[in-house]
Amino acid sequence: MSADIISTVEFNYSGDLLATGDKGGRVVIFQREQENKSRPHSRGEYNVYSTFQSHEPEFDYLKSLEIEEKINKIRWLPQQNAAHFLLSTNDKTIKLWKISERDKRAEGYNLKDEDGRLRDPFRITALRVPKLKPMDLMVEASPRRIFANAHTYHINSISVNSDHETYLSADDLRINLWHLEITDRSFNIVDIKPVNMEELTEVITAAEFHPHQCNVFVYSSSKGTVRLCDMRSSALCDRHSKFFEEPEDPSSRSFFSEIISSISDVKFSHSGRYMMTRDYLSVKVWDLNMESRPVETHQVHEYLRSKLCSLYENDCIFDKFECCWSGSDSAIMTGSYNNFFRMFDRNTRRDVTLEASRENSKPRASLKPRKVCTGGKRKKDEISVDSLDFNKKILHTAWHPAENIIAVAATNNLYIFQDKVN
Amino acid sequence: MAGAAGPGTGPVAAGGDGDDSLYPIAVLIDELRNEDVQLRLNSIKKLSTIALALGVERTRTELLPFLTDTIYDEDEVLLALAEQLGNFTGLVGGPDFAHCLLPPLESLATVEETVVRDKAVESLRQISQEHTPIALEAHFVPLVKRLASGDWFTSRTSACGLFSVCYPRASNAVKAEIRQHFRSLCSDDTPMVRRAAASKLGEFAKVLELDSVKSEIVPLFTNLASDEQDSVRLLAVEACVSIAQLLSQEDLEALVMPTLRQAAEDKSWRVRYMVADKFSELQKAVGPKITLNDLIPAFQNLLKDCEAEVRAAAAHKVKELCENLPPEGRETIIMNQILPFIKELVSDTNQHVKSALASVIMGLSTILGKENTIEHLLPLFLAQLKDECPEVRLNIISNLDCVNEVIGIRQLSQSLLPAIVELAEDAKWRVRLAIIEYMPLLAGQLGVQFFDEKLNSLCMAWLVDHVYAIREAATNNLMKLVKKFGTEWAQNTIVPKVLVMASDPNYLHRMTTLFCINALSEACGQEITTKQMLPIVLKMAGDQVANVRFNVAKSLQKIGPILDTDALQEEVKPILQKLGQDEDVDVKYFAQEALSVLALA
Repeated sequence: MSADIISTVEFNYSGDLLATGDKGGRVVIFQREQENKSRPHSRGEYNVYSTFQSHEPEFDYLKSLEIEEKINKIRWLPQQNAAHFLLSTNDKTIKLWKISERDKRAEGYNLKDEDGRLRDPFRITALRVPKLKPMDLMVEASPRRIFANAHTYHINSISVNSDHETYLSADDLRINLWHLEITDRSFNIVDIKPVNMEELTEVITAAEFHPHQCNVFVYSSSKGTVRLCDMRSSALCDRHSKFFEEPEDPSSRSFFSEIISSISDVKFSHSGRYMMTRDYLSVKVWDLNMESRPVETHQVHEYLRSKLCSLYENDCIFDKFECCWSGSDSAIMTGSYNNFFRMFDRNTRRDVTLEASRENSKPRASLKPRKVCTGGKRKKDEISVDSLDFNKKILHTAWHPAENIIAVAATNNLYIFQDKVN
Repeated sequence: MAGAAGPGTGPVAAGGDGDDSLYPIAVLIDELRNEDVQLRLNSIKKLSTIALALGVERTRTELLPFLTDTIYDEDEVLLALAEQLGNFTGLVGGPDFAHCLLPPLESLATVEETVVRDKAVESLRQISQEHTPIALEAHFVPLVKRLASGDWFTSRTSACGLFSVCYPRASNAVKAEIRQHFRSLCSDDTPMVRRAAASKLGEFAKVLELDSVKSEIVPLFTNLASDEQDSVRLLAVEACVSIAQLLSQEDLEALVMPTLRQAAEDKSWRVRYMVADKFSELQKAVGPKITLNDLIPAFQNLLKDCEAEVRAAAAHKVKELCENLPPEGRETIIMNQILPFIKELVSDTNQHVKSALASVIMGLSTILGKENTIEHLLPLFLAQLKDECPEVRLNIISNLDCVNEVIGIRQLSQSLLPAIVELAEDAKWRVRLAIIEYMPLLAGQLGVQFFDEKLNSLCMAWLVDHVYAIREAATNNLMKLVKKFGTEWAQNTIVPKVLVMASDPNYLHRMTTLFCINALSEACGQEITTKQMLPIVLKMAGDQVANVRFNVAKSLQKIGPILDTDALQEEVKPILQKLGQDEDVDVKYFAQEALSVLALA
């Protein structure tokens, strides 16, 4: 499989930078161009700003296992000075990267001439202090911290706390709390490993800190539940403060019910009042004040419900789709198959299916909404369920924090879409 | 930069004009940009040499501007630079020019690496002292204002550390501005900045006029203590100590105590933990009356807090709390208000809490006196001595000297022995190791008779433990015991048992004999070493295991200086020479080394 399959996409806090991580352990950062009056249609395009190798494949000698270099998640830190910082993680190791600009270079040596020849030591009659001269902008990435050896299982999430000094990392059974300055220790705050592994029935699938309340975080499970924990009440957060689970609809129970209820992503809204969960067929919005059921449920690709058997056989049923909020929380987006992605406007209750593909759309042209035909007569521009390409999955999407700009990762291609300027 | 030609290896100067005295400085300057970070670091550490060679003017006009803009470097280099600049006043022309050092330090104060920023702030504080009041207002205060209103969080956090040094000597108008800036940082949007402000609140309060403390600092403190971020609130607890030291009892009661009471009951266990952790400082700062009325009830709650971490932190402070109570009436307070809560902790569910208590509880006996100790504390000691957690038991044993002073150890010794034996045989080797460390202390307190009757066999058993670290510690232990109890005791009780091991079928035990001899020979003296130990060592030179043989060589090297020349020449030398011809290469090596070190070759 190709090493440049994109495995994560994330905008920074201002939206000026967009980071992608791929299966080969590389991180590519795009920067939004400053608005240029002479080129009104390139209203802030994203161009490559920096590329670096974040993780390399490793071998765990003790367990005879290969550790993949694939970047599972990237999270930006809030900007604290001229440089930019992000956390990137593979299955086992989290790294803090600093991305900084250099635009000056020192000139003037004592021991060498201008053309590089060594000077005679006895001829040095005066000392020269180097002067800094401008040079072409150089963007450098350097690893500042490496947080390793704290996870037995594969890391699926990282999340930075609103206190800007701690972050959490979650694997299948445990969640650890780290301090950004301390690499040799982390605190375990959730541990759901049963004493007897044969009693294991659910795993942690995602975790996130609340955007404003430094003591609150949530984690989702493979059984379709979300637990909210309060770090104030105790040091070890094994007991949750809130438990979110929608009661199952007995009429739709099937062999696959539990599998498709597994939550693949959980995200707080920017306001901090709501959270969104993504399971295989739907996206649900929950009010944090109500644990008994979600306040909104949006069907992503309900037409797949009758195809679950074949999706189980080709493993697609285990695909982990992410979801994201728009900057104002008025819209949500998530991916699907055939390079389709879905956007739901929570106010107007309208939804749209769009496609990220070079063949079916030209740059800067408006995207045409797509429709999947679920049975009966297929209309002209529709596509039938059986023609969907299940290898073209959109698992990772991101929404600019303030504007209507979205980034969509389609296998090894990154698409950036913007609201049309009138 | 490619390797520079060393002096004298380049083309020879024709006619001998010019000298190469500038050459080393030239090298240093060029190495400021070398790719090798160690060379850059080296040059930065010798910055004063460069500055001296350049002279004050060139340092000011060329070197400092260069350093101001090259902050792309590794932390170690930036840290070294920040440190150097703190001492640079003389090199830029004295106090009149101290302000020239501000630009590079201002850059360093915006770096994200905390250690570098902190060092830059430290150097700035140092340099501020060298500014005249006029220079302070003309240069330093503007720098502080720039940092305080900077775009970057890092500049604003650094600014927090600079207010207290420029405030005292500023004019009244400027003082008002400084206070204004500090106020805005206390309510900055970013938790990072508010944390920095909270941690500097106490130090700033100390340099302010009392009126300002009451009218401005106290409200800031109250706000920070109810900040939405836990990490800010817990720093306010620390600030509380400093502020409390500045106020009168009435002001304290009205202005600070409400906030402190709130902190002791904060919803976040981390804030309550801080209160427990800072308890002694708080106690001293608020004085005995408020302690009695407010702090002791708060402490009682902390001792029964629902979070174990908080209970453990409070347990750690029990002894200090009691010691710091005024002597008059202290016994009653402790007996009635502290002791009942401590009794509960002895059977706490969490082992860290019990362990924390065990490490301080013995210290209470000196405060409470003999009778109270026997009646009330002794049962607690005995209960903890039987605790299932080894750390709890170890903590009791390590603090026995306090009790010994008050009631004598006999009261405890009956329970002590089973506890010691159990620890000495614990399955975890680190537990066994810990009790060995305490053995000399115990032996001293319990006396040689008790030791011989009850503990001697334990010490011998450790010598043949499966774990090397234990055998090694046991050997050291014997040496300390010999120093305590004397050579005659050693000769009668220990030496014979050690020497018997020389014929043990396990070669590791035979080697232990040699290690013991190494450790004991000096303490035992020449006679015992020559008459009893040396023959055994020499006999082991014929051991069939090479490891034993080369350790014989090493032992002879070790004990050689204690022996007399006759023994060395007649007994040691022939054996070492024989070992020098051994078939094993290591044996040969160590034998030859011993011969050469002992000057017998």
